Amino acid sequence: MAAIVSRSTQSGRPRGPSAWAIIRLVLRYVLLVILALLFLLPFYLIVRNGLAAESEITSPNWTFFPSTLHFENIQELFNDTEVPFLDGMVNSTIIAVLQTAGQILLSALAGYGLARIPYRWSNQVFFAILVTLMIPSAVIFVPTYVIVSYLGWVSTLQGLVVPGVFSGFTTFLFRQFFLGFPRELEEAGRVDGLGYWGVFWRIVVPNSFGIIAALSVITFIASWNAFLWPLVIGQDSSAWTVQVVLSNFLNAQVLNLHELFIGATIAILPLVIIFLFLQRYIVEGYKQSGLKG
Amino acid sequence: MKSVGTTTPAEMLDLREENQKSVQRVRRQSLKTALIFWSFVGPMIIGLTVFFYIPILWSLILSFADARATLIPAGWVGLGNYRAMLGDPEFIRALVTFTIFAAFIVPTTLLSALGLALLVNSIKFAQGFFRSVFFLPTACSYVLASIVWKMSIFNGSSFGLANTVRHTVGLDPISWISSPNPPWYWLVLVTVRLWLQLGIYMIIFIAGLQEIPRELYEAALVDGARRGWQTFRHITFPMLRNATIAVLLLNVIAAFQAFDEFFNIMSGGNQILARPPLVYLYNIALSDQNYGYGSAGAIILTVIIVIFTLIQGRFLGFGRSE
Repeated sequence: MAAIVSRSTQSGRPRGPSAWAIIRLVLRYVLLVILALLFLLPFYLIVRNGLAAESEITSPNWTFFPSTLHFENIQELFNDTEVPFLDGMVNSTIIAVLQTAGQILLSALAGYGLARIPYRWSNQVFFAILVTLMIPSAVIFVPTYVIVSYLGWVSTLQGLVVPGVFSGFTTFLFRQFFLGFPRELEEAGRVDGLGYWGVFWRIVVPNSFGIIAALSVITFIASWNAFLWPLVIGQDSSAWTVQVVLSNFLNAQVLNLHELFIGATIAILPLVIIFLFLQRYIVEGYKQSGLKG
Repeated sequence: MKSVGTTTPAEMLDLREENQKSVQRVRRQSLKTALIFWSFVGPMIIGLTVFFYIPILWSLILSFADARATLIPAGWVGLGNYRAMLGDPEFIRALVTFTIFAAFIVPTTLLSALGLALLVNSIKFAQGFFRSVFFLPTACSYVLASIVWKMSIFNGSSFGLANTVRHTVGLDPISWISSPNPPWYWLVLVTVRLWLQLGIYMIIFIAGLQEIPRELYEAALVDGARRGWQTFRHITFPMLRNATIAVLLLNVIAAFQAFDEFFNIMSGGNQILARPPLVYLYNIALSDQNYGYGSAGAIILTVIIVIFTLIQGRFLGFGRSE
């Protein structure tokens, strides 16, 4: 449709774009602006309620803009001993960083091995990885929980991080990418006397920045936002991620909405920053993983 | 290599030695290849074995056993857990809840994502800006979105945003989440997911739209097709077939795994109104610690999701071969 619209201005009609085409274009922008405001509204509400006094959140005469901004809500949240918010942020950061680094490293290695090393049973190993793509990890959270609690990893860092490091899907995406990697580059390295490891680290990895960045960013986001597994494993409050902390806060007996919302504001901040700077890679990552067919 | 029959015994001995050496060389070579292969692929395979294959196997065993508050089978019950699970009205209700949810969320997501993609793709100025805005909710977690939806937008008290809007036009407040009839909670649950995932599906459709060759439209216009519905019906939509099927099935599979928003929005006594399979399983396995029963449920869900995935692979496979 973009093609059609743009063509109407250059199709060589003597009168240029018709009045109807201009009206349609204006209507499109009006609709887009309304939708954009609707999409941004929840973000505004998080910040608005986070910086408002409790009475301005629960007042029967709720107003869109609060009369005063209460930045001391931040202080109050961090000082609240009932809510392990800071611990949650620290846990989430450690888990998301370790999980992303581990998953990308192991998946890239496995993907490269499957794509390039002429091992007899390579196809069978690849098939074993394909099987894991059929079953999302959320669906088998009970079986995984059984194993992890057998290992005694409940409420531990390794219990939260390690099961999420192994991803057949990320391995699959890396393999597909490496299959299309220019062989001449690798052969040049081989001529220079590099083995598979040397070629992988010196030639393949430095030339695969795009896909590594794309998959790292979406893995990080998924890990930061994950809820089911951290909820299952984080049975002790010291092992709660920020999502579990906020969920517990949401379901607490005594509600403290301004603290809840300022917590939500702080929890989403890292992701919004990542989003603003790395959006290109996020889009690429979702295109890769969304169109996995 | 010379054939063995025409060689003298001495030569044969030589040859055999040489053969053995080359066999050894090949064997050493292939052993080396195997070692390198496993040094690359091994860690992933070990991990998937420990955290994917063994858990499923163990659960399969537990599902035939009596295992309450223990991870080791305490006695065998045969198909008892499966029979009980498939006859459990709460489990059936959970599957019905998923079906209702999918019936709401799949068509609305599909149509909205397609509409949004067409709209964004049809403009030139500020296209990137609007795409970013619609994509931004992707950064938000289901937990945070649930907080906003439950406590702010659809708060049942008069200060909720939806009720504030109703108040300004003179309508009474509605308890959006806890009212069983009419089931307003579906509006809450569907809109929160719509907001969170629309951006991803919009991106998939935009990628699909940008792959349609412009010449197709030009040819159609030359042939007298009218812009708008006609070109959409006969060019855009058929060309988006693969993207549509991908969005449709990804959506169903994602809905099947719904947990976060149901757990957080329906908590506090309303869970009984809408409890999808994973939330029910969570209650059995984590609250009741009935691992045998929970394992049977997990195996049943696994079978269902594998069927969905195979259908998806089948459809997408069809799309590609055409």
